[in-house]
Amino acid sequence: MSALAAEDVGMVKALGRFGIRLLWHPSLSEECGAEAIAILDDVAAGRVALDCLCVEGSVLDGPNGSGRFQMMSGTGVSMKDWIARLAARARHVVAIGSCAAYGGVPSAGPNPTDARGLQFSGWDAGGALGKGFRSAENLPVINISGCAPHPGWVVETLASLALGDFGADRLDGLGRPRAIADHLAHHGCARNEFYEFKASASRPSDRGCLMENLGCRATQAPGDCNIRRWNGSGSCTDAGFTCVNCTSPGFESPTGPFQETAKLAGIPVGLPVDMPKAWFVALAALSKSATPPRVRTNAHADHVLVPPARRPPKSP
Amino acid sequence: MTSTSRLIVGPFNRVEGDLEVTLDIADGVVAEARVNAPLYRGFEQILLGRPATDAMVIAPRICGICSVSQSVAAARAIARVAEVEPPANGRLATDLVLACENAADHLTHFVVFFVPDFARACYASRPWFAAARRRFAANEGETARALLPARARFLHIMGLLAGKWPHSLAIQPGGVTKAVDPAEKVRLLSILAEFREALETTLFADRLEAVASLDSLEALENWADAEAPDRGDFRLFLHICRDLELDRLGGGPGVLVSSGSFGLFQPGVWTPNSVAPFDPGMVVEDVAMSWMEGAAASPFEGRTMPSPDKPGAYTWCKAPRLGGRVVEVGALARQVVDGHPLARALVASGGAGSVKARVVARLLELARLIPAMEDWVRALRPAEPFCNAAPEQAMDGAATGMVEAARGTLGHWLTTHDGRIDGYQIVAPTTWNFSPRDGDNRPGALEQALVGTPVLPGETTPVAVQHVVRSFDPCMVCTVH
Repeated sequence: MSALAAEDVGMVKALGRFGIRLLWHPSLSEECGAEAIAILDDVAAGRVALDCLCVEGSVLDGPNGSGRFQMMSGTGVSMKDWIARLAARARHVVAIGSCAAYGGVPSAGPNPTDARGLQFSGWDAGGALGKGFRSAENLPVINISGCAPHPGWVVETLASLALGDFGADRLDGLGRPRAIADHLAHHGCARNEFYEFKASASRPSDRGCLMENLGCRATQAPGDCNIRRWNGSGSCTDAGFTCVNCTSPGFESPTGPFQETAKLAGIPVGLPVDMPKAWFVALAALSKSATPPRVRTNAHADHVLVPPARRPPKSP
Repeated sequence: MTSTSRLIVGPFNRVEGDLEVTLDIADGVVAEARVNAPLYRGFEQILLGRPATDAMVIAPRICGICSVSQSVAAARAIARVAEVEPPANGRLATDLVLACENAADHLTHFVVFFVPDFARACYASRPWFAAARRRFAANEGETARALLPARARFLHIMGLLAGKWPHSLAIQPGGVTKAVDPAEKVRLLSILAEFREALETTLFADRLEAVASLDSLEALENWADAEAPDRGDFRLFLHICRDLELDRLGGGPGVLVSSGSFGLFQPGVWTPNSVAPFDPGMVVEDVAMSWMEGAAASPFEGRTMPSPDKPGAYTWCKAPRLGGRVVEVGALARQVVDGHPLARALVASGGAGSVKARVVARLLELARLIPAMEDWVRALRPAEPFCNAAPEQAMDGAATGMVEAARGTLGHWLTTHDGRIDGYQIVAPTTWNFSPRDGDNRPGALEQALVGTPVLPGETTPVAVQHVVRSFDPCMVCTVH
């Protein structure tokens, strides 16, 4: 449903600009019931060409491998079997969201439905279509992860596929488009000054950095969330809450509470990616000792209490 | 002679999630209906044993279209256990985010899910068909082209107040994480003004206040006749209703329930002769026809244990009952319970409502919500608190978090021990509306509403059945959380 707001014009129009037409979409198409099944049958039998199969939601294997936890209505056949049938015919297979990519929230805890992603099950390449799956264009499943994924990610990935220059080198090791996953959610975070000085929020609605106490994983989370922005101008951290790293496998099962930072001897367990621990500890201590009173004060308020100093430029 | 046949209808698209309906047809009408939710998801099992505050992350992810409603229900349940209350700004911002979702969902239902059916070839001989085809066709119609961009820009309220939609953590037990500054207050009013203009131009072709003040069936019909039939989507819909007699299709169980919303819509249980208080303590979930273990129980006692081979069962949906009664929830219920005169008039004959009543009530509510949102933005007081901190100690207790989602009453029943979730039961709007039969063999609300629906010769996916099903604006993914 996030994609319905894509590009402020809606997904159908945004995709139409690239010559992409929806054969069938469960929320958007006119065809219902028998007419819809006829379309899927035509694709499965090879009578209608399928450029791209997009799957939303985890693939449910249970109970006992039967797939009965999700039956395709009106067909008596499980969704996992329909996915296998259609994937075999598709030039490209795209997982929309972390559920279809890696299993996502339904695979958390006891994983009551035996939920998996299309090609991955968490970090393991053991998804429903199998480790070695390649689509007709010889690509693995393209994982537009995220919970929910940004509508722009969906539109741009599908448009890139339509442009015909999308190769395996455009994907990271977890099948994510690198155009998105080469960034971190931290990039462009408006709390940057608080991060730099380790001036940390301690309770919801504080303006300070969310990493030290409130569980923010933006320094580890792949995504351009704070660069491109959501629903106009938004982002998780801008709205004052923690990044839960929803683009990564296993985000649904953190070691502690989502909104608390797991620490060992006072040091966050999850450090910024590529940052040596000793340097992080040393720089954090240095930053804290250098924190301007303005930044420290504002970190614990929900609006700016102390504005930046106004000083005329110094004459040489 | 009576001829009986069976139809299994699905997949139902233009509803949220997976739905299959089995129809027994006799003499050209539905004699019995059984509603199957063919997907089970296990969220209530996943929540067990987790820190209570994790429900703020997990529960919204039940649904991409009711995400904020799930968020509010979880926050309210946790707030009652933790004994924390939001400050005035926190309540207003939460109401704005929730109303934004409700209003966007109502518009999505009308434009994307409901009216495209009138543009289908089966109606090619109707006098209004050319207008319906031009305006209502799925994806390509003028209405979708005008109102989907308006909806997307309206959702900028979510970007501003909730960071994103769906799946925000901005709504917390003690308020909201995002304070609004004076400039943002102006931006919110600008977004609302733009959305109002789109609704008043395309959807209603009239002032929101004029629509909200329609107070009788006569006033509604006079309004419909006051201009050309295709002046505004609402008017075109009303003319189609007359021709297809949608006011005589899809009557529900005649008991309408609302938990109340925003302090704007009053709570209660409506029956044709009275409005009684709504008591969540009277909710019992029956599982006689569900693929679930156990017996009927209060959600505080209930557990969710799948039993896929249970004899006689036909759905993953449980059957909630209120004091033993089958009830209907949604915008119609909210507006009728609240006492809006037009909504009351729409259910007056027989008390059961109809396809038309449900759709009109949704648009009526949309017309009432936007002016209320404008007032709430003006009432925000920047520089005063938006969030109170929850107490540090581990939470022990039991509480219910009730909220009105676009589709109706949603409740989370939470029990915690040492700050961890001991029990979490969710009763979603479509769990009420699309419930199966219960232990006393009473059909659920949709199952009742479908009885008598015409099925034309040769129809495999009867269009009248589709109108009835979609009139409830079902959300199946919430139903089978």
